[in-house]
Amino acid sequence: MKPLSVVVRTGCDLFAWFMVIFGAYVIIHGDVTPGGGFQGGAVVATFLAFLLVAYGWNTLKLWLQESVYNAMLGFGLLCFLVLGFMGMPASFFYNFVAIPAAEVAKSGHGIIPPSGTIALMDIAVGIEVTGGLSLILVYMFKGIHLFDNYEIGEESGHDR
Amino acid sequence: MSWQEHLPAMILAIPLLGAFATPLFSLGGKTLRNVWMVSISFITMIVAFLIWRTVTVNGVLVYVMGAETATLALPSGMAYPVRIILEIDAFSAFMALAGSIASFAGAMYSIHFMDRFSGLSRFTSLYFLQTAGMLGMMVTGDLFNFFVFLEISSVASFGLVAFWRDRPESVEASFKYMLVSQLSAMMVLIAIGSLYGRYNALNMAGIASMLHLGVVEKLVLAFLVVALAMKCGAFPMHMWMPDAYAEAPAGVTCLLVAVSQASLYGLMRVCYTLYGTTMGSSFVPWVIIVLGMASMFFGVSMAVVQHEVKRLMGYHSISQVGYMLLALGVGLLSLGNPQTMADYGFMAMKGGIYHIFNYTMYKGLLFLTAGSLYYATGTRDLDKLGGLARRMPYTTFMFVIAAAAISGLPPFNGFVSKLLIYESTFALHPFLAVAALVTSVLTLASFVKVFQTAFLGPEKKCYASVSEVPASMLMGMALLTIVILGLSLFPSWVLSNLVEPAAKALVDQSGYIGAIMGGGL
Amino acid sequence: MIGNAPFLIVGVLFLMGLIAVLTEKNLVKIAIGISIIESATNMFLIVLGYRTGGTVPVRFLAAGEGVMVLPTPQALTLTAIVIALATTALMLSLIMLLYRHYGTLNIDEIRRLRG
Repeated sequence: MKPLSVVVRTGCDLFAWFMVIFGAYVIIHGDVTPGGGFQGGAVVATFLAFLLVAYGWNTLKLWLQESVYNAMLGFGLLCFLVLGFMGMPASFFYNFVAIPAAEVAKSGHGIIPPSGTIALMDIAVGIEVTGGLSLILVYMFKGIHLFDNYEIGEESGHDR
Repeated sequence: MSWQEHLPAMILAIPLLGAFATPLFSLGGKTLRNVWMVSISFITMIVAFLIWRTVTVNGVLVYVMGAETATLALPSGMAYPVRIILEIDAFSAFMALAGSIASFAGAMYSIHFMDRFSGLSRFTSLYFLQTAGMLGMMVTGDLFNFFVFLEISSVASFGLVAFWRDRPESVEASFKYMLVSQLSAMMVLIAIGSLYGRYNALNMAGIASMLHLGVVEKLVLAFLVVALAMKCGAFPMHMWMPDAYAEAPAGVTCLLVAVSQASLYGLMRVCYTLYGTTMGSSFVPWVIIVLGMASMFFGVSMAVVQHEVKRLMGYHSISQVGYMLLALGVGLLSLGNPQTMADYGFMAMKGGIYHIFNYTMYKGLLFLTAGSLYYATGTRDLDKLGGLARRMPYTTFMFVIAAAAISGLPPFNGFVSKLLIYESTFALHPFLAVAALVTSVLTLASFVKVFQTAFLGPEKKCYASVSEVPASMLMGMALLTIVILGLSLFPSWVLSNLVEPAAKALVDQSGYIGAIMGGGL
Repeated sequence: MIGNAPFLIVGVLFLMGLIAVLTEKNLVKIAIGISIIESATNMFLIVLGYRTGGTVPVRFLAAGEGVMVLPTPQALTLTAIVIALATTALMLSLIMLLYRHYGTLNIDEIRRLRG
């Protein structure tokens, strides 16, 4: 894929990292504003879509490391499940960090009570969705030209 | 004991942990990943067995995700169920046991069967996700949670059916399966949304206690029955089943059989517990009975003419699902009428429920033996196979046991459950029993054909170097064989300890509601 | 009657998607039909939660006492959107593979599994 014109590339340069920051904002404020893990993760994944469209695959593949996104995917999922297990003596997925609203009103430290594991799970899901959706983009793009140069061979397991 | 009360969450958490931690374990090499896969499946089976013991001793198990109490005490003093609640009664425990045994056998089989393919860490994760989705469908007490687990297991199975992505037929089968599955899942979601809109509750016990039959509830019942029957492979919507079962790798097919039984579980939960006696007319039970008969007959008549082993077994799946729908429809018909229930309805339910367990075991074993044939010879076509009995003695022996069980031959477990179904449906209407008997005869005919073509006969020169399949595949098949033999040798113990509590729990709608609502409402 | 208009639109969208899945021949159009069905279902869930004159279901710092729309269908819809995304991505990847294997996107010609 060839890179697009200077106008498009400059626009991408201005907004690509801003997308990451905006996505992180949506993820982290998931318990008080509309948004949360999945929505913010999808916004962060458009970072790769920007770069792919503006710069083209030949430039991007020199910069891209898929292992980072694989690691984000696995890390986010494991964090989510470990947070579920940590509430264990009371019940699975128990919110062991949250403080009820009555105590927060008494302590005078603010109005919105901490949502506890909801925010942590939001961040874990956000990291995971970022990794997952970016990988989907990259693999679907690679699939376009994957079979241009050779026939679809058989995997060795199909023979005896 | 405190760990016993966390068992329902463990049966979901352990396969999920297996799925999510697999990338870590596959960094350590192939052997570590295989050990991880087998050990997590084994632990899941142990947990399912412990749950069954606990439910037999203590009654319905209720577990609340994320809090200490299940109900919210409203100012009016009424207890209202909020939060996601897992509710395991004897029927759920029975199905979870069957499903986890099938999953363990498939996992043991797949570690060697999939040996020469690539991308195996994703395969293991998808396999565990499918297991977690199936078990989640069986243990949950919340309608939307049921939909979420239905979708988890469906999406995982789309990937697994298309796993041999260099074969065009697998990709085609997965795409067609995906279309039917998504359509039915959206119908289930619309039905669940309508029920939520009417009653402002998503909990099965809560809705069951508040249900009044109106136009919307009848539409919801129609949507749910059609959509869940579509996922089981009942007659008009069965086209995906032979394709998907044939083109998936054999260990995955063993698990897909158990997943379709989870959809059947959902159908029975909706009809017996959610609606129960408020179903009004006998229209829906007769629809289920007719669908069952059509599936039985159509499945087996298409199966007799097939050339490919796994596709033939896929068509037999359709006819066996027909048996279960027939039996459970007869039970549903006599739900409001204590006289007919005592006469034949309860026996039909026992037959249907016992048949679910038997079917999961012998169908899984049949698919695994077909996969062994493919692994050893490289082909699934009956015209090309022949004379393999001498070369693969253990596989032949296990195939004979499974084929005898599915045809309903006397010492095996298929005979016991089919006898219960014949007796009870004969008391309702003789034609039903006659159709079931004819189907059984045709099933026997097609499996004699498979046995004679693939295993007996003179040895072909091209198979001179075929040898028995490796040990881990044999152990996976041996587990299912041992369970089938156990079910065959002790039918009365199984009927009184496994099947009868399950049938009683299915009929007992007020017990299900009372476990959550506290019996007060 | 005007209050029921969103439900009628949901029905129309669902039927349009269903007709697209059942009668179209191109694989991509069938995938679009499934996507329309999923959008109709999500819209149905959100419209269920609407209360007339309701505001955003925020608990703290909410401006005044008023009727709030129900937040639970919004959570159900988010879950359904995530599931729809996963299946759409998988469906499109399978369509790419099918095109490579069969050379055509016409569903009448992708019928090697038959009988």
